[in-house]
Amino acid sequence: MAEPKPRVKVPKKAAAGEVITIKTLISHPMESGQRKDKQGNLIPRQIINKFTCEFNGQVVFSCDMDPAVSANPYMEFSAKVNEPGTFKFTWVDDDGSVYETEKKITVE
Amino acid sequence: MSFTRRQVFGLTIGAAAFVAAGSRVSFAATDQTEEAIKAFTGGAEPKKGTVSLDTPEIAENGNTVPVGVSVDSPMTADNYVESVLILADGNPNPAVATFHFTAMSGAAEAKTRIRLAKTQNVIAVAKMNDGSSFIDSKEVKVTIGGCGG
Repeated sequence: MAEPKPRVKVPKKAAAGEVITIKTLISHPMESGQRKDKQGNLIPRQIINKFTCEFNGQVVFSCDMDPAVSANPYMEFSAKVNEPGTFKFTWVDDDGSVYETEKKITVE
Repeated sequence: MSFTRRQVFGLTIGAAAFVAAGSRVSFAATDQTEEAIKAFTGGAEPKKGTVSLDTPEIAENGNTVPVGVSVDSPMTADNYVESVLILADGNPNPAVATFHFTAMSGAAEAKTRIRLAKTQNVIAVAKMNDGSSFIDSKEVKVTIGGCGG
C-alpha cells in the first residue's frame, strides 16, 4: 500500500469570527474486512478509524469511522476562526500509523 | 364492565392506529440499528426534527454515496451539538461514522462519502450537550452494492 497522502483545503485567510468550511481527503483503501480475495479468503480489515482536526491545540471536529466509510475518506466540516493560527489534521490507522498535516490561517 | 366481541375488535384496531400515528419515527429499523441508537442516546427515544440528512435519492454506485448532515443549533459554548451518529440499516454492520462537534465548529455540519450494500435507510441521530437527541432518516436506492464482492 502506498503511503496515504492527506490533502486538505483551508482558506488562507478569514475574518475574525467567520465560520469557514474545511475539506479533507486522504488516500487510503479503507479495507472493510468484508471482501474476499480470489482464493475466497477474507481480506483483513484495515481502515482509518479516527480523524481529528485541532486549531491551536483545541479540538474543532473529530470523527470515528467504521468500515462503511468509502475508500479515500472525504470529510467536509466547518470551523469558527477567531484568531490566526494553525489547523492540525490527524488520521489514525487500524495498524497504529498516524498521518498528519497542518495548515496556517491568517485573520484580517 | 365487559366488552362484546365487536367492541374488543374495534378497540384493538383503534389502538394499533394510535401507535402508528404517534410521534414515534416509523422506519423499518433492524434490531442492530435500534440497539446502536439506544447505546448512542443512552436509552432515550430521539425526536424527529432539528437534524437533517442530505442524501441522494438514487445512488448508482454504493461504494461512494455522498452523505451530508446538518443540525440546527446556535453552536455556542453552552448550547451545541455534541455528536452525530450515522447509521445504514441494511449494511452488514449498521455503524457508519460518528461526528464529534465542539463549540469551535461554528456550525454542526459535516459531509462524507459512505458505502451502502443495498437499497436501505440512512439514519442520522444527533445528540445535544443538554442530553436531548434528534433523528432523521432517508431511503437511498442503490444500483450497485458497495460491500463484499
